[in-house]
Amino acid sequence: MSRFAEIFSRTKRERRSALVPFITAGDPSLEGSLAIALELARVGADVLELGVPFSDPLADGPVIQRSSERALARGVHLDHVLELARCIRAQSSIGLLLFGYYNPFLRMGLERFAAAAAVAGVDGVLVTDLVPEEAAAYRAALGSQGLDTVFLAAPTSPDARLQAIAQASSGFIYAVSRTGVTGARNQVPAGARELVSRLRRHTELPIALGFGLSTAQQVAEVAGFADGVVVGTALVDAIDRGAQTGGDAGAVHAAGAFLRGLNGTPSRT
Amino acid sequence: MSALRHPVSPISLAGRFGAYGGRYVPETLVQPLEELSAAYAAAQADPEFHAELRTLLEKFAGRPTPLFLAQRLTDLLKGPRVYLKREDLLHTGAHKINNCLGQAVLARRMGKRRIIAETGAGQHGVATATVCALFGFECVVYMGEEDMARQALNVARMRLLGAEVRGVDAGSRTLKDAINEAMRDWVTNCATTHYMLGSVLGAHPYPSMVRDFHVCIGEEARAQYLAAENALPAALFACVGGGSNAIGLFHAFLSDAGVAMIGAEAGGRGLQLGEHAARFNGGSPGVLQGTYSYILQDDHGQIALTHSVSAGLDYPAIGPEHAALHDSGRATYVAVGDREALQACQLLARTEGIIPALESAHAVAAALERVPHMAKQGGVIINISGRGDKDMGIIGRELGLTHGEKF
Repeated sequence: MSRFAEIFSRTKRERRSALVPFITAGDPSLEGSLAIALELARVGADVLELGVPFSDPLADGPVIQRSSERALARGVHLDHVLELARCIRAQSSIGLLLFGYYNPFLRMGLERFAAAAAVAGVDGVLVTDLVPEEAAAYRAALGSQGLDTVFLAAPTSPDARLQAIAQASSGFIYAVSRTGVTGARNQVPAGARELVSRLRRHTELPIALGFGLSTAQQVAEVAGFADGVVVGTALVDAIDRGAQTGGDAGAVHAAGAFLRGLNGTPSRT
Repeated sequence: MSALRHPVSPISLAGRFGAYGGRYVPETLVQPLEELSAAYAAAQADPEFHAELRTLLEKFAGRPTPLFLAQRLTDLLKGPRVYLKREDLLHTGAHKINNCLGQAVLARRMGKRRIIAETGAGQHGVATATVCALFGFECVVYMGEEDMARQALNVARMRLLGAEVRGVDAGSRTLKDAINEAMRDWVTNCATTHYMLGSVLGAHPYPSMVRDFHVCIGEEARAQYLAAENALPAALFACVGGGSNAIGLFHAFLSDAGVAMIGAEAGGRGLQLGEHAARFNGGSPGVLQGTYSYILQDDHGQIALTHSVSAGLDYPAIGPEHAALHDSGRATYVAVGDREALQACQLLARTEGIIPALESAHAVAAALERVPHMAKQGGVIINISGRGDKDMGIIGRELGLTHGEKF
């Protein structure tokens, strides 16, 4: 059983949805990201989405764009992200999903990347700008290394596409709560629940919902119909604010405090 | 393993030119792209669509454009006769209007009344703003702030036409960043909005649809040349940013094996990464903004910065059909530096009384270098894709034509 499968069956047994924070690898620094990842795991994160910085993040809103730019300005590339994953894995059993745009993976070579990711202890990969139709070589490369391939499902996806997405995905499926780029919103979009229930007709895989979720109230609401809740922009923003006032230590503190606030519990230690 | 469990993808690959092209977009955009593909296929099969577009191209844009024998330039170069395809004479000053009229008729058929576009040199932005005024559409144009500064005249034109110009202050603040921002808008507003992409770039169906709206350039040129010379030209020259004017000229000649095709990319200040936009001189296959093609990138797959004196060529990817034409050897691509393009602009102005856009001046420069070495019989065609009015600030400064006067 893959780690993602184990994690989601555990959270299901515990009658809760998995908490899936997103951070940009290398923002505020690679060392900072390692400490943040371990802190997030400590305070209750089940799966960590590790963002691979890219020069042209066209699916991201301004907060994650700037975070990606800061990491790139420090020279952070896919090799570093894999090393970061290895360091996280050495100290934590948190689920690890690499989250990025296709070109850096393609440039490294899909087979070389998949082998390196598996060695580093990565559990799966989500490529924002790769849809199942274009993903045959990618799926073969990742599948041969036992890595899960997580695909996005969107409110605009008709049922035929949801079926293709479900067939191409393993580990879990990432449902996008609304049309648009990443970024915090005040409410859970009306179409999110419908998308998750449409998707359920095509899959038994766990479904995590993301895009625009940032508050404990939203997390609690989404937990009522999805198996996992992804929180990205608001956390990246909190990390940046923490880093600005307190450097890496400030960022780690801010990340932990933010996630505890979402969880509605002081700590799981 | 999931890949082995479901080895066959249920949906086939769309929009490939050899290995290149495809559809690399966030899932949210796949359905809007499917709807666009379906609407375009329906329009193609509808004689009324073609009749309306033909009328607009003739009565509004000014097609057909002349094929002009440049006699003084021919005499100077002492090679084959040089013909100029005068897309610069079109309404709005460049070939871009062909595509915008086509997409505007299509958008109206789809019931989309909000139009977004990106622009580099501002020619596509102006053409988009123009058709939006003509059709009564809301219009938002994304433009890199560096391009806004160097193409200020076109910014004012777009605003005069009623468009909102949104400056993009990210990355290199040029065309690439404007496309990112336009795609972010589209992924958010796809239900109400048509993305009027301005070149043979992006995800399927854009590279083939935009090409189709420009093939009239080559169809006219081929017929005009045959009428003048009773033969086919030895070579075609066109500049290549995304590559829409070039593919528009080349396409009608693809099966004419004796016709050489030369695409001129921006050689910028030199051939180190970051100093140019010559994708076939240091670029390699990769994925950017929806399509798989040659791109300028670093060892880690990050997209490289580019430079060209011409905003319309200053882009790190090339249209996927050009990538296929390059690999098959059917077309040849050469790099033309800023300096050569400026000199070619001046030469054409003084020998023929035509001031080309700096983009088109790259095609002229490529011809200037090659025509003197070609067999003297027959002729060649250079696509003058746009006129140089918009570039007068840069041209005046670079060629020392201003003596303290301000534009």
